[in-house]
Amino acid sequence: MTSTPLQRLRFTFAVDGPLRYIAVLDRGRLWERLLRRAGLPLAYSQGFNPHPRVQFADALPLGYASLCERVDVFLQEAMSPGEALARTRAQSPEGLTILSAEEVPLKAPPLQGLVRAAVYCVEAWASEPTDVVKERIARLLAAPTLPRTRPGRGQVYDLRPLIEAIDYTAGEEGRHTLMMRLRCGSQGSGRPEEVLSALELALEHASICRTELIWVPQEVS
Amino acid sequence: MIDDATLDRILARVQKPARYVGREWNSVTKDWSRVEVTLALAYPDVYEIGMSNLGLAILYDVVNRDARFLAERVYAPWADMERAMRAAGVPLYALESRRPLREFDVIGFTLQYELTYTNILSMLDLAGLPLRAEERTAEMPLIIAGGSGAYNPEPMADFFDLFVIGEGEEVLIELLECVSAWKRAGGPRRPDGREALLREAARLEGIYVPRFYRPRYHADGALAALEPTVPEAVPRVRKRIVPALGPAPTRPVVPHIEAVHDRGMIEIQRGCSRGCRFCQAGIIYRPIRERPAHDVLEAIDALLASTGYDEVSLISLSSSDHSAIAEIVEQAMARHARAGLAISLPSLRIDSFSVRLAEMIESRRKTGFTFAPEAGSQRLRDVINKGITENEILETAEAVFSSGWNRIKLYFMLGLPTEADEDVSEMARLIMALRAVGRRIRRRAVEIAVSVATFVPKPHTPFQWEPLAPFEVVTARQEALHRLTQSREVRLSWPEWETTWLEALLSRGDRRLGRAIEAAWRLGARFDAWAECFQPALWKRALEETGLDPDFYTARRRPREEVLPWSVVDVGVSDEFLWREYERALRGELSPDCRLACHQCGVMASFARERVRVPREAWGCP
Repeated sequence: MTSTPLQRLRFTFAVDGPLRYIAVLDRGRLWERLLRRAGLPLAYSQGFNPHPRVQFADALPLGYASLCERVDVFLQEAMSPGEALARTRAQSPEGLTILSAEEVPLKAPPLQGLVRAAVYCVEAWASEPTDVVKERIARLLAAPTLPRTRPGRGQVYDLRPLIEAIDYTAGEEGRHTLMMRLRCGSQGSGRPEEVLSALELALEHASICRTELIWVPQEVS
Repeated sequence: MIDDATLDRILARVQKPARYVGREWNSVTKDWSRVEVTLALAYPDVYEIGMSNLGLAILYDVVNRDARFLAERVYAPWADMERAMRAAGVPLYALESRRPLREFDVIGFTLQYELTYTNILSMLDLAGLPLRAEERTAEMPLIIAGGSGAYNPEPMADFFDLFVIGEGEEVLIELLECVSAWKRAGGPRRPDGREALLREAARLEGIYVPRFYRPRYHADGALAALEPTVPEAVPRVRKRIVPALGPAPTRPVVPHIEAVHDRGMIEIQRGCSRGCRFCQAGIIYRPIRERPAHDVLEAIDALLASTGYDEVSLISLSSSDHSAIAEIVEQAMARHARAGLAISLPSLRIDSFSVRLAEMIESRRKTGFTFAPEAGSQRLRDVINKGITENEILETAEAVFSSGWNRIKLYFMLGLPTEADEDVSEMARLIMALRAVGRRIRRRAVEIAVSVATFVPKPHTPFQWEPLAPFEVVTARQEALHRLTQSREVRLSWPEWETTWLEALLSRGDRRLGRAIEAAWRLGARFDAWAECFQPALWKRALEETGLDPDFYTARRRPREEVLPWSVVDVGVSDEFLWREYERALRGELSPDCRLACHQCGVMASFARERVRVPREAWGCP
């Protein structure tokens, strides 16, 4: 049952609809079940309670959609990425769209830690007019520091260095579309909700989609 | 239909939003315009609990396989979701179509546990429906209930249009056909509207329509009679059974978030032949019917392929009693060795065969081995007809520890009929003896987890006439047990008294109790089964407000002549048998496994028609 992996496949997938509401651990379980249904020759971890060896990139926060999630799956027998893609697609629940599958070297570094930043498309429902929102963005980007308290934990951190860019891309009164490029990794991750909160908008609702993961340059495999 | 944008806004505000989105793998979304009748299957507790219920999974499968009908699911929203829905003006909706519950033709609740009853009222209210059946109009959904709680339908009789008594696989379809015919014949637009439907439904075997029965009480408050008021209503409603287990559901909905039993389930046997006298399941699920080994194995294959689970639970009241259990376990493990299949067997007997079975399935995880001696002394085990000796318990423990387990879990009950202080010291002695066996074999500290429930005398059992043991007695015995088992290796746990008390009240009550249930709900009682939500004070106030004496229901030994509120339900087992078993219990006489000797419980005679539909050996009855 425990086995040496022979092949590593990297799947890129989109998350939408009901799948946005499934938290990290449950999303892992969902993938394990999907892969078993698809009949992929999975390699298992060692130990008392073996699990299929899968590695995700930076965890997608609860409630977010995404166009760019990645998962690496280790197989104990080789299978063409095309076949793996067809088989897993046939077993994907609503809200999970598998976009591609490609082979990566077994020894490539783990996905987690390879992500340097992420781009989010944020749709914010807030009553402020467009120019006010734009002006607040400019002010935010001009600030040298943005001390904030982490929700829940009460720990103070600086949000400013985590923000690489914010663009106001479209909007009308009451509804604004912002693209944000925020840093992620062991030095801390910028959260779009925190940016929205720092903009001090009269926020009614926000829908957030992660559109791109930006990799640490030299290590992209 | 609840639109995505509205739902997104609500879900941003609640914990575990995946409970409320649906669209899981294997969920069935049918076209409403192509079915005759729509049914919402409602579980009155949170998603993670409801998704672990096999009964609803069976009915979901049975109904959705029928092209004429559709079944969707709905669970009780947690307090945060209830608040968010009310604030947004969103009514309770079903997960598949996200249509409001009140658009369904039928809403079927399962009654699995009495402490979920207030959640039913919350769900009706959130659906925008009046709580009381009499206050609902014919345009509104038919609100029905089934499950083990329906074996005493009376406490909830005010709120339901009808109860399905017994196994629902066949009768639910008949009922939906009945609703379909009624709709075709004009349905709610007919002048006799709902009444016409209910009278038709009452003709079906296994359907109890409480409004067609009038209770009469004696001056002392005891029930005198529950009298039928229309010709369609029979004096006693016999439960329905299926003559043989239908195909096991092998495409169950795979939950989005971890369910309490997060694995596939295959029912391998229904009913139990052991005849434990405290056990309601042992009576109400008679007769005993096995699923053949070959069918079980095929079902496991299909289940794993359609779900991707790596664990399957072989469900029955006593797993080691299936005649081919070893073969099933062995073959299933061999067939799915590569995927690392784990098998779980709930309710193993205390014997060496069960230890061997557990060894076969525990290759992956050595957790604990569970024993249920139920009573501490041999005398009391004989009273409850547990059919197990102390030697057998100790020998089994020896085998368990020798096989490498370091932890055992024990289930006991306090407050059993005839229990005395000596029985409690015997229980302590047995616990300590098991610990000594463990230390001797393991040569180190062992873990003995002891769960001590308080016995609730349940309807339709030989102990149905007995009272709930008084608070003072139970508490004193819990303390004594604690004193007598002082050891770091022994961990005792028991439920709060009020939880047991409320369970006893609601399971033993009559129709008058409906007022108290409604009052408690109006005072704010919700999720009473959850320690963090349960407020017993609300129930005490509700009982005072409605002028009901809880002791009348829980603390009173009922004379044999008394008409028991649940006697309107006929489980197929005769009253004489239950009384005979009660008397044998008081004399400490054992009644052996009924596969070996028939005790004339009455079930074969009651279901003679069903029995001839299947080969003789399909039932465990001799």
